Amino acid sequence: MATIKLSESKIKTIKDICKSFDNKSGEVINVLHQVQGAFGYLPAEVQEVVAMELNMPVAQVYGIVSFYSFFTMQPKGEHPISICLGTACYVRGAEKVLDEFKRQLNINVGETTKDGKFSLNCLRCVGACGLAPVVMVGDKVYGRLTPDNVKDIIAEYNN
Amino acid sequence: MVKLTIDNKPVEVAEGTTILKAARQAGINIPTLCYFELDGMKFENKPGGCRVCVVEVEGRKNLAPACATDVMEGMVVHTHSARVINARKTVVELILSDHPNDCLQCSKSGDCELQTLAQKLGIREIPFKGEQSTYKKDSTLSVERDMDKCIMCRRCETMCNKIQSVGALSAVNRGFEAVVSPAFDQPLSESSCINCGQCVQVCPVGALSLVDNVADVMKAIADPTKTVVVQTAPAVRVALGEEFGMEPGSIVTGKMAAALRRLGFNYVFDTDWSADLTIMEEGTELLGRIGKVLGGDKTAKLPIFTSCCPGWVSFYEKNFPDMLEYPSTAKSPQQMFGAVAKNYFAEKIGVKREDMVVVSIMPCLAKKSEAAREEFKVNGNPDVDFSLSTRELAHMIKQCNLNLNDMPDEDFDSPLGESTGAAVIFGATGGVMEAAVRTAYEVFTKKKLDNIDFEVLRGFDGVKTATVDFAGTPINVAVVYGLNNARIIMEEVRDGNPRGFHAVEVMACPGGCIGGAGQPYHHGDSSIIRKRMEATYREDAGKPIRKSHENPSIIAIYKEYFGEPCGHKSHELLHTHYFDRSKKVEKE
Amino acid sequence: MAKYKMHVLVCGGTGCKASQSAQIVDNLKAVLAEKGMQDEVQVITTGCFGFCEKGPIVKMMPDNTFYTQVTPEDARTIVEEHIIKGRKVTNLLYTDPENNEHVSDSKHMGFYKKQIRIALRNCGFIDPENIDESISRGGYEALGKCLTEMKPEDVIQEIKLSGLRGRGGGGFPTGLKWEIASKNHADQKYVVCNADEGDPGAFMDRSIMEGDPHSIIEAMAICGYAIGATKGLVYIRAEYPLAIDRLQIAIRQAREYGLLGQDIMGSGFDFDIELRYGAGAFVCGEETALIHSMEGKRGEPTFKPPFPAVSGYLGKPTNVNNVETFANIPVIITKGADWFNKIGTEKSKGTKVFALAGQINNVGLIEVPMGITLREVIYEIGGGIKDGKEFKAVQTGGPSGGCLTKKHLDTPIDYDNLIAAGSMMGSGGMVVMDETSCMVSIAKFYLEFTCEESCGKCTPCRIGNKRLCEMLTKISKGNGTMEDLYELRNLAAVIKDTALCGLGQTSPNPVLSTLDNFWDEYVEHVVDKKCRAGVCKSLMSYEIDQNKCVGCTACARNCPVGAIKGEKKMPHTIDLAVCIKCGACIERCKFGAISIK
Repeated sequence: MATIKLSESKIKTIKDICKSFDNKSGEVINVLHQVQGAFGYLPAEVQEVVAMELNMPVAQVYGIVSFYSFFTMQPKGEHPISICLGTACYVRGAEKVLDEFKRQLNINVGETTKDGKFSLNCLRCVGACGLAPVVMVGDKVYGRLTPDNVKDIIAEYNN
Repeated sequence: MVKLTIDNKPVEVAEGTTILKAARQAGINIPTLCYFELDGMKFENKPGGCRVCVVEVEGRKNLAPACATDVMEGMVVHTHSARVINARKTVVELILSDHPNDCLQCSKSGDCELQTLAQKLGIREIPFKGEQSTYKKDSTLSVERDMDKCIMCRRCETMCNKIQSVGALSAVNRGFEAVVSPAFDQPLSESSCINCGQCVQVCPVGALSLVDNVADVMKAIADPTKTVVVQTAPAVRVALGEEFGMEPGSIVTGKMAAALRRLGFNYVFDTDWSADLTIMEEGTELLGRIGKVLGGDKTAKLPIFTSCCPGWVSFYEKNFPDMLEYPSTAKSPQQMFGAVAKNYFAEKIGVKREDMVVVSIMPCLAKKSEAAREEFKVNGNPDVDFSLSTRELAHMIKQCNLNLNDMPDEDFDSPLGESTGAAVIFGATGGVMEAAVRTAYEVFTKKKLDNIDFEVLRGFDGVKTATVDFAGTPINVAVVYGLNNARIIMEEVRDGNPRGFHAVEVMACPGGCIGGAGQPYHHGDSSIIRKRMEATYREDAGKPIRKSHENPSIIAIYKEYFGEPCGHKSHELLHTHYFDRSKKVEKE
Repeated sequence: MAKYKMHVLVCGGTGCKASQSAQIVDNLKAVLAEKGMQDEVQVITTGCFGFCEKGPIVKMMPDNTFYTQVTPEDARTIVEEHIIKGRKVTNLLYTDPENNEHVSDSKHMGFYKKQIRIALRNCGFIDPENIDESISRGGYEALGKCLTEMKPEDVIQEIKLSGLRGRGGGGFPTGLKWEIASKNHADQKYVVCNADEGDPGAFMDRSIMEGDPHSIIEAMAICGYAIGATKGLVYIRAEYPLAIDRLQIAIRQAREYGLLGQDIMGSGFDFDIELRYGAGAFVCGEETALIHSMEGKRGEPTFKPPFPAVSGYLGKPTNVNNVETFANIPVIITKGADWFNKIGTEKSKGTKVFALAGQINNVGLIEVPMGITLREVIYEIGGGIKDGKEFKAVQTGGPSGGCLTKKHLDTPIDYDNLIAAGSMMGSGGMVVMDETSCMVSIAKFYLEFTCEESCGKCTPCRIGNKRLCEMLTKISKGNGTMEDLYELRNLAAVIKDTALCGLGQTSPNPVLSTLDNFWDEYVEHVVDKKCRAGVCKSLMSYEIDQNKCVGCTACARNCPVGAIKGEKKMPHTIDLAVCIKCGACIERCKFGAISIK
């Protein structure tokens, strides 16, 4: 089997997180939450080490990572853009806003711009339906958007 | 007991019975697809996912899956109402709408459970058109994957994880993209897969199939410069007949030898012969280790684990790299045969190694990968060139317009064709251990063994243990099949071997080689495997010689060639060593 | 709250937070400090007030003045005018759209008049991060009553009598569920709070957890006492960081007060709560899937029975209720089942929280008695349809529910009526649509959601819903046939009949209900190739009225694909082969010259 290469500090981080959950395989989702919190995403090598530490097949770890939409194997952009596609936002035109983001950034949902600045994702309901349609950039919420606002939002982060 | 009505038939079954089993008891066969059970072998796949077995239960809002619904007192079940048939057909149509439907070219054609079901339901067109799942094709040396055909029955996943604890496969992604795959969609060969092939044996469709080497063998036979030697494993003779419509448990040793000869093999030999040889080596090694341990030698490890099963060998190389000193160093019968054929026999008949092609007929898919191991090659030339499964041999026979039923009974060629009953039982779980005990006892005690039938080592239990009295010395043995059972024993040994085992037999497949992945598909009918097992012991009982060390041609080859078991020449040709193949993390 | 003369409650719900309510709090505190009044007036960040449309909300206590759409800059005015001079800041007061008069007390607002707040009783009234405030409003009284005055079976009996049914969607009687779990004996049992609110357009549970986390903790402990469990688990979406924070704070405070942990209130009863995080899977709202997820597995449902009450988390008897269900429990215990079961309809007791959203004037979180009509909700509480447009449909129950129409406006809302009408209560999403919504597209929207969220375990959901979605796409593109419509109905019915879990079984509801209620609209898409709402792009074409166009070139300059050509001051034309139907031109045209055909 292949050899997994990973930096010493990352290996230590993963080992520490796993240890804090007593290396129990039943805690894998909690472990993955923390590991993703530490690295921003869950590349294959990281999952391999998690699997080893929790003494479970890496296929199962990947089975979990690929099942839950919160987990990602792609590094997010410096400014992750999340467009709410909950029903309230949808009926108030969120799709048009999304299309405009795609056009302006020239990426699709789930992708990151080449300069690593922005990534684009959809999510379902952030609970700010009063402001629909809603977009989050990082932790900041933008509400009552129209496609016209998109340019300005991107510009805000583009200098 | 619970009383219910199925299709207007009163039925009485035990509490906790499913509707599916209750119906079967009443002679009503509800079709299934994902459901899979090997009765008595603790293998059950019951995700309730395919929804083919849905039935109407009066008073319930939705249709119920018969496989997962327990009977209840007074239940009224309809298994073929218009509503049920419409739902069942729609479900199968949906599956077919995401299936390549290339039955004519599919390796599973004729053995495909989806095909049979579609036929039974009379599906003539698929009303749903839409996206189809596409995945890249993948292959190891043993197993081919074409996940476009996967129907998400999850049988392979259950087998790989629950029974084998190999963990190479898992359901990944979700929704329409859900499929069973190794991690990160990497090739199976880069995963923890050990090529046992049980995923292939349980796959209802053509998503998982074997790597077909028939054409390679046909080409070798057609090449006039090659001398093609074939060996047939013990478990093949009790299963091959099924491919030709014979009852499970039919013994076709003689007919098989005749067919192989007609196919054009130059020498038709028997792996049973090298199974006897294996016993000589492994038995001697066991006694040697016991002697060393009793003598206080700390380097000698007990228990000794058998090493005939290549799936098992890969498994411990990948999972127990710290315990490579435990398994017997004896090669498997297939590889012993190959080594003897390409050295001793090639020399004897004056054929150069590279002009000899050794073909093995095996109940196994892992044997294909074993044959390709570097340590079993000399200057790149393998001791065993091709390993064909029982199913491939059947196809080859059919391809050449032969019918096994019409074959006369013929004998194997000499000298590598003579064998004992001890070799025959290698095919069933516990057989290697029983054969080893028959020989080791007599060698150790220098006494004749009166009762050579060790019933305690036989049967379908996944884990069997016994203590055999070697004239005052108790020898503790264990016999397991299913690699999760093996894992448990390995971990126990690692923790200090509290039960004091001296020898452990491990086979990867259910029931041993008779339930191997290269055998005719049993489709979850464990009675077929049982009948193969019965046939195995029948064949043993009928043999004039039933102890390996009494095989005259084995005695002869030690005299003529090897000298003594575990001697210098033996170590050169009949023993091997193991490698740490575990996954490693390297600091960058 | 004794030592302060006045309290300023600032909404800290997600909607208001997104509109800088935290900055309002900071500014209020700063101005108060500047005036030396920080010990007289307390500023409290509360949970959601519900009236998100008019957020951020600031409420003055004790005079109940309700300020809407407050900005951080308004903080100074509020302090200087309201607090110091005792004058209401009129421009921040709510204006009644009926008579244009200012309303200062929320009680008199149309939005609040018909609401009865049981589950949301403390949201907007307390600082959710302060257990004392919860206790001062009756928090943990019910737990005390249970532990000192009631036997576990009395508690179950009380809940059964109340008629409370599960608020997560299924509507299973809560008392009965508890009773089943209590009767299964085991060395360990679990109480699970399902806080994996995944319904798009619903945020009831989030608001309760953010606004009143102690009510959940208390209710879980009561449930543990009733069924004989000592361990509680909250399965909460990782996407709800604020709710997670508040729950963690609340659990810590409850432990410090001896309301969680060993020997609670000296009764000998032990109970504690841990959090488990969801990771983005709608299907984990289904209780068996939720349990598998908590066990660290893929969140795939398994067939019931066995029910979790028999074999749940780690194979032990487990009782799963959702957040809103739990939020009702303490009130039922303190005020009694008889009080509770007088609210609502015969088979649906109490209230229901809805997240009112869509094309409606008053978007927000509301709690109404069961049996209220859709008309009352939409027109009286919701203030009617936005921009004076016409009501077309209301979607309840999210992806498991359906679309109801004008003919259902006077149907009393309860579990059974909604099911009879082809929808369901669901967890409480209520999305109002006007004539600009296309019902084929709405059905497609939900099916796309279901396809994305299907776990993939069973055939009907994995492939069936995919095919439904593809058929809807085909129809919305103008390529559908009448046969497709019939096949759509048959397939939807089979999925409903055969899918493995509750979510799969209800997933065709958006299709079936729109087929039932908007059949003509489907036929229009198929036969006339028309989308009356103007949503389905393939069925539209843009046209410039040559008489109205003045040639200002605004449209041509803003067309992203250069489809509009024309000389300056001359009527323009659209090249339909190039046009991507984005609508940018219509938005720019000041002369109403561009229309969709």
